[in-house]
Parts: sequence; structure tokens; C-alpha cells
Amino acid sequence: MISLDINGKAYQVDVGPEVPLLWVIREHLKLTGTKFGCGIGACGSCTVHIDGKAARSCQTPVGSASGKKITTIEGLAERGHPVIRAWIKEQVPQCGYCQSGQIMQAAALLAEDPNPSDAKIVSAMDGNLCRCGTYPRIKLAVKTAAKEGGKRP
Amino acid sequence: MKTFTRREFLKTSLAGAGLTLAAVVTPDGIRILSAAEAEKEMAFQPNIYLRIAPDDTITMIVNKSEMGQGVYTSLPMIIADELEADWKKVKIVPAPAAAEYKDAAFGMQATGGSTSVRHMHDTLRKAGAAAREMLVLAGSEAMKVPMRECAAVNGTIKHMTTGKGLSYGKLVFEASRLPVPKEPVLKKDAQLKYIGKVMPRLDVPDKSMGRANFGIDSFVPNMLYATVARSPQFGAAPATFDKAAAEQVKGVKAVVKIPRGIAVCAESIDAAWKGKEALKATWQNAAMSDLSSETVEQDLMIRMKETGLTAKSEGDVKAGLAKAAKKVEAFYLLPYLSHATMEPMNCTAAVAPERCDVWAPTQNQGGVQATAVKITGLKPEQVFVHTTYLGGGFGRRFETDFVEEAVSISKAAGRPVKLIWTREEDIQNDVYRPGNYTRIEAGLDDKGRLAAWSHKIVCSSIFARVFPSMMKNGIDNAAVEGVTELEYEVPNMLAEYVRVDLPVPVGFWRSVGASHNGFVIESFVDELAAAAGKDPLEFRLAHLSKHPRAKRVLETAAAKVGWGKKPSKGQAMGIAYHLSFGSYVAHVAEVSVDKTTGKITVHKVTCAVDCGSVINPDTVRAQMESGIIMGLSAALKEKMEFANGGVKSENFGDYELLRMSEAPEIDVHITTSKDPLGGVGEPGVPPTAPAVANAVFKATGARLRSLPMTPKAVLAAMKA
Repeated sequence: MISLDINGKAYQVDVGPEVPLLWVIREHLKLTGTKFGCGIGACGSCTVHIDGKAARSCQTPVGSASGKKITTIEGLAERGHPVIRAWIKEQVPQCGYCQSGQIMQAAALLAEDPNPSDAKIVSAMDGNLCRCGTYPRIKLAVKTAAKEGGKRP
Repeated sequence: MKTFTRREFLKTSLAGAGLTLAAVVTPDGIRILSAAEAEKEMAFQPNIYLRIAPDDTITMIVNKSEMGQGVYTSLPMIIADELEADWKKVKIVPAPAAAEYKDAAFGMQATGGSTSVRHMHDTLRKAGAAAREMLVLAGSEAMKVPMRECAAVNGTIKHMTTGKGLSYGKLVFEASRLPVPKEPVLKKDAQLKYIGKVMPRLDVPDKSMGRANFGIDSFVPNMLYATVARSPQFGAAPATFDKAAAEQVKGVKAVVKIPRGIAVCAESIDAAWKGKEALKATWQNAAMSDLSSETVEQDLMIRMKETGLTAKSEGDVKAGLAKAAKKVEAFYLLPYLSHATMEPMNCTAAVAPERCDVWAPTQNQGGVQATAVKITGLKPEQVFVHTTYLGGGFGRRFETDFVEEAVSISKAAGRPVKLIWTREEDIQNDVYRPGNYTRIEAGLDDKGRLAAWSHKIVCSSIFARVFPSMMKNGIDNAAVEGVTELEYEVPNMLAEYVRVDLPVPVGFWRSVGASHNGFVIESFVDELAAAAGKDPLEFRLAHLSKHPRAKRVLETAAAKVGWGKKPSKGQAMGIAYHLSFGSYVAHVAEVSVDKTTGKITVHKVTCAVDCGSVINPDTVRAQMESGIIMGLSAALKEKMEFANGGVKSENFGDYELLRMSEAPEIDVHITTSKDPLGGVGEPGVPPTAPAVANAVFKATGARLRSLPMTPKAVLAAMKA
């Protein structure tokens, strides 16, 4: 059994420690907001926070995440996170599939730098693919969220 | 989201618990039916359902798939506007697969061709207006006031003289007993409150909170996870595989052979993948075992020598060319492309003796149902298709290959299964945008006007496989679209098509034939302008005198960017326009080229779009942004690679998509017109690549006639 702390809740899962965290979150625990995109860490759809830092859950063996604080999109949604509010305000999503990963990546960036420059936004977000091409709106929404940073819960 | 069958939807209404209307397109026009009439009316099979419940919620069954293009918002906007509904009370539910949900203009239940709003608009307007008129009458009767003193205002029937009113929910019982008006009066343009206004999308909050359910998020009790071992070579069949070894893998529950390969079912997806590895499958009888990127290109080029089928002929192209003062000839080579939707193909299926349920991110509910019927032998009404959100479509999810696999596996394994393709499987088992090779020779007269245009394209056929009945005298209209409708005035024109059949399967990729022909035509027109010594914009406008909409988008994009002004240091501008799916789109790209590395940077794209009247301006804008980014991705980066009889490209490491650092600033201008509605999902794509190529030509003097415009290709073109 592996113990996990996800969004402040304790979970016990019966899987091998080598199984990617992504599949445990999605398929065992049914927290399906975290998405599978490539399985090689090249698209960012599976991004979660591990101890506050953005991490690709498809590249994280579940065993290595035990004992750490894991946050998923569901965790941010519960808290009404300003990045989510900004995403809605700027009407970012189209198909929406990559957006959980985009939001997690953006939230981690803003936690580290509440007022990132354009260049920093681009370099932080560059590992997250969006086939619908919502990049201009993502950039805008990150700035909108940064402006509201003081109101972060 | 729960899907309702037609009967379930009508039942609540027939029991007096709401006002339900159904709409149907008949040969004599659109008819609106009450629930009782719809229940009886099997002949016409209504395809739109609207229900107003006693709690004021308004539910619309949407027969189109939401894949990012915004139909779950635009379609209810149209009906809610005529209905004078309170937008906050509007909900949608996806339609199940059933004959009554067919798109009348398509003759099938499917989403594609940038048609959702175009095909559904008139029916939705009429259905909304009919419901509004019934509610007004019911309201006036309930309040015992003259009908002419009543009006529908934001979900309430108001008595205008006293200001008192009743909400729709309170009137549904009475309204549902009234006859349905045959010819309800539609709102005048000035009365519209949602249509043409920026409306927030209904799906955005869920999609921003991880709550939207995509196909891959489906769960069914007792289900297994499935994966399929498929041939790495086109057309090959299994030779050997070690079933026992796969079955010994912990968690593996079944190994079954299906027509498309060998499926492994397990308690978890990781166990299924381990089982697949243990199969150590080998394959035989590949269609063409030496097929590679090089052989595919050679095959296209060799066929150029042939005379093609005539897709269009006007005047005398031979004589026109012979008389021309100047001739220009060019060859364009375009690659195969993958759809690469962010959600890999997946499907969940549960086959039981008396019914089959399919949960699928699909653009083609009718096709899904037909596929399941074929495999299970059940009747169509025993097959229940549950449409989820689609993590991207772009034409890929019109196909039913992944459904065929899931249903076959569930049937063989005797358990519900969730089939999930890996990214590698997704890229290697796509139906690709066909690679193609074009030659154009054109003549200019002594005044620099187009005198003749001879166009030949060598390309595989999508229609031959998908819609064989739509092949016209051997010609695939998708392959020549945009060419046969060339708007530039030229007295002598010939368009030829050479169909090439290769083992590489081809399919609809966002904007289809326009995705390649738009590039070819608009690049070549730029070459002609240069040959004529004319400004590219002026040259275009001079040949479009009969096409005011084309001129207007070109002029608008040019004016917004300040065409002709001195560009920013080191930058150059390129322009292109294309008509596709009923809409005109022009782009101006501002680019710079690093002459040492060959790297293109696209700084800004200014877009002008004329899609006739506009439903949701923000959706039009979003779709233009989306088309530009996808168009740029194809222009700068994407190319399928083949080797050893199959696909060589594997994942985003070697099939790269555009990233944020490569995305330009985008400025969209909507030039609304009174012209018929045009589509917006696809038309933003075609002018993107040529606008960039034309800017690169302006910046470097190098003409890029092949995509993608990689740094290597740019350097080579600069040396040529």
C-alpha cells in the first residue's frame, strides 16, 4: 500500500511504486481533471503540484510522491484559485483538455513569482502544449491572475 | 453529462411537467411540434428538442459535438435569443445517436465542415420563436389581460401596462396545451439580445476546474482497461504472438484477437501495457515494406507526369499560355500531417446481449452507432451512444476506428472496456492530412494581368474511402477545393487532379483541401505579383473585381496593420486570403528571419474575417486565433515521417507542435456582413502558412514552396 496526500486528503492505494502518479490520480482515485497527453513529459497535460512545485505526473513514479503534498486541479478549484477565475474571465479554454495542466503550471509560476515578466511567463508555460492554440489567451489570463495575486486564498 | 433518449425527454413533458417543443426540417420547411405531436410524428423525426421546466430551467438537446469550437454555447444562444430566455437558466444536454438527431443538411448525425451554426440556425430560431409565442399567449390568459399588452422579457411574460409578470416555468403547463404556431414571427435584428453579442461560454467554468468529462474520463462498473497491439507497418497482419506470456502478466484478464490487432485487457492500463509488451507480436505481409518519407514523395512526384482528370476547364489554357507575355511555373510539395488532438483516441464500450453502450469523444454519433450495430448484430435502437466532451477533433474524431476496437474488444472479452491509445499509437494510427504535390504554370499579359492558369495536383483521395458516393467522375472535391473555386479572374484556366493511392490512410484534417490548396494558391499569386512587378496586395485586388468580400477582408487586414508602411526593423509583411467553408479570411503576417540560422519568427498576425452574420463574436475571434496557431504549427514544424513500411514519427518529441514561445500576437477584426452565415472552425487555417511564406519571401527573397518552413529549409531556399 502506498500513502498519498492529495488536496489535503489521505489516500491509500494498492499499486506498484513504479506506476506513474498520473494513472493513480486519474484511474484509481478518479480525480480525472488531470489529463494524459503524451506519457513522456512533453506536453504538460498531466501537470500537478508536488510540494508546491509543478511536476509532470506521467513522469513521477507514485512511490516517489508518497509523503509529499500533492495538489491537483480539483484542489485549486475547491479554493476558487485566482488563476481559475482569470481563465474564466479571459475565456481561455476551447476543447479544454490541456487546460488543467496549463492552470497548474501557471499557478506554480505565480506562487514562485507573483509578478512575472512576459518572458518569464513564456518560459514557464512553454512545456505545456495546446492544440487549440489558446496561447495568447493563456498569456493574458496569467497576467490577469497576477494582477489579482493579492487576493490569493 | 447525462444523455436523454427522445422518449425520456418527451415523457416529462407529456406528463405536464414542462413545455417541450421539437423542431424538424421538412421538404416544405421547418416545422415546430409539440411534445404530443413529436411523440406521434415518426415521419419527420424532429432533430431539435427544447424543454422549459416548471423551475424555469431551459434545456436544449444539442446534436452537435463540442470539440472546442463553442457549439455548446452558440447553438443555445440562438434558441435562447428567440425565446427571450434568461441566459442563466439555459442548459444543454448532448443528443444520443438516433435517426431523429441527424443534421438534415448532412443526412447524418455528425459535426464537421464548419457547419454546425450554418445548418442549425434557421431551425433553432423558429423553435425559439414558437415557444415564445406560446408562452405569451399562455401568460396573457393566465393574467387575464390582452395578449397585445404582453411581452416576453428575459424569461418572464410581462404585462407591460401594469408591470406584473409570470416566469416561463409557471406557464409551461398552460403553454404546453396550446397549438404550436405554424409561422412564428422571428425577432428583428435590433431586438436580438444574445446573437451578435459576446457571451461567455457555458463550458468554460467546468473546463477551468477540471470538471468537464472527456471520453477518457468515462468509468463503467466492472470495466477492464484495454490496449491493442497493431502492426507497425501499413496493412500487415499478425504473424505470431505469445498469448500465454501476456496472460501471465499480473492484472491481465483477457487477450483477444480483433480485426485491427491483438487486444490485451487488464485491471489497470499499466498492466494492459505490460501485457502488450509480453505478447512480443510479429507481423507479416506489409502493404509496402520499403515505404518511407522519400518513397512517398517520389510516388507523388512521379505521378505528376500523368495527365490528370479535369476538375475545371475554362477558356483555352494552352492558347492562353502560348500568348502570354510572361510565364511563371512552380512546384509545391506538402507533407502528411497528424491531427494530434491533445486527448488521444479512446473509447469506452459495454457490449451486453441486449444492448451496447458506447462512451466516446466523437464527431460522428451516427457512425459510432452504425459501427456498433455492425459488430454486435444489435438493432440501432439497442446501441446507446454517449457523447462526451472532445479533447480536440479537427476531423480525426469523425473516424470510428477507435470505436470499432473498443466494441470489438468488449464483445470478445465479455466485459465493459475502456480503450486508451498512447500518444505513440495516436500519431502512428492516424488518418493523415494527405501529402500532395502541385504544379502551376501561369501566364501574364503585357499589362501584368493573369492570362492563363494551369494547375495540377497529385494527391490521395479522402472521399474515395469516407464518402465514395461523393466522388465526381473520379474527382475528389476535397483534393481540389479552393482550386476549382479560384476567385482570381483569369480567362483561361485548367485544374487537373491525379489520384494517387498509397498505403498511408488519409482523412479530414482541419480545413481539409484548403489546408494545402490555400498555401499553394496564395504563395503562387505572390510569385505572380513579383513577376508582374506589382505589390502583392494591389495584384490581388486587381484580380478580384467581382469579389467584394474577398477585397474587403484583404483591405481590412492591410489597413489594420498599415500595409505599405515601413515595417519594424528586420521585419517584413506577407499577405494572403482564402475563401473556405463559406467564410473569407485574410491574414497579414509580420515576420523576421535569422539569416544565419534560418529561423523564422512570426511576430504578429493580423486577421480579417467575414463569416456573414456573427453569433458569438468572441467565439469567432477564438476560432481565428486557434486556426492561426494550428496553421502556424503546420507551416513551421509539422511533418509526418515514414520508414520501413510504416510511421516513423512517435510522439511530441519528433512530431512537434507549436509552443507558446513560437506563438505570435494575434489581432482579429470581424467584418460583419449581411451575407449568409459562414463557418469559423476551419477558415482561419488556410491563409496562415502562405501569409508567413510571403513575408519570408519579402524578408529574404527566398521562396519556400514546401512545408514545414524549418530553419534548414529556409537556409536551403536562401541559397537556391
